[in-house]
Amino acid sequence: MKVAVIVFPGSNCDRDMVRAFELAGAEVSRVWHKETALPAGIDLIGIPGGFSFGDYLRCGAIAARSPICGAVREHAGRGGYVLGVCNGFQILAETGLLPGALMRNRRLKYICRTVPLTITSTDSPFTARFTQGQQIALPIAHHDGNYNATPEQLELLRGEDRIVFTYDDNPNGSVNDIAGIVSANRRVLGMMPHPERAVEAAHGNTDGAQLFAGLMEALGTADA
Amino acid sequence: MKARVHVMLKDGVLDPQGEAVRHALGALGFDGVEGVRQGKVIELDLAEGTDEATVREMCEKLLANTVIESYQVELV
Repeated sequence: MKVAVIVFPGSNCDRDMVRAFELAGAEVSRVWHKETALPAGIDLIGIPGGFSFGDYLRCGAIAARSPICGAVREHAGRGGYVLGVCNGFQILAETGLLPGALMRNRRLKYICRTVPLTITSTDSPFTARFTQGQQIALPIAHHDGNYNATPEQLELLRGEDRIVFTYDDNPNGSVNDIAGIVSANRRVLGMMPHPERAVEAAHGNTDGAQLFAGLMEALGTADA
Repeated sequence: MKARVHVMLKDGVLDPQGEAVRHALGALGFDGVEGVRQGKVIELDLAEGTDEATVREMCEKLLANTVIESYQVELV
């Protein structure tokens, strides 16, 4: 599996994401947002957490219009895989690759803690290694994680089984406790919790490792 | 010429910041504030002759997220 992790000014989880993919056995490169093309043969694009462009205007809004996002759209359009975590999820929502928007947390506070989640669909390469209804815990660290979508969008997400992670104890006001959703072809995932911060013993929690392992299973070794 | 763009959360979208402002006004003794909605104003300095349609396109493409926000354009 060949992975490109996009780096924006203000990204701060890019190295963590690179590390998580490398631990899983992927070949990873980091790509600056001003690039207009991806390295050849990329299977998956990682859009990391952070505060791209200082969250100016709206979280993810400026990053979603940066030069590399044209290549991200093309990659997704070709059926390529994309993982957006935290600010990465906000950016994917702003690009329109995923429906809905992330708003300020209901109680207005920045929240940084590990929260319990439920795997609500294993029908995606990201969640295939988990079991349906499995409870896991992952760190969250965000100010704008309050997922919002139109009733029509929610109906579609529910009907197509595209809500893959939910919060057990909703920390931020997200509608339907939504913590992560996939695209219609199930190859683009946006999630607020940080799986890359829970992949090795030193993290004190390895619940996130199965996500990266599942992707390796779907996409194979780097030279395959 | 200038354009002023007003961006507000759509009706029906909960505005946690507006709600916090409403509580704070109540705490200061201002009774009767029944609702507060917080939005933003974006002022654009534009080349003469820029039409409203162009400004609306800017809103659609960047200035507002129309999933949750509505906008109004005022040419001044």
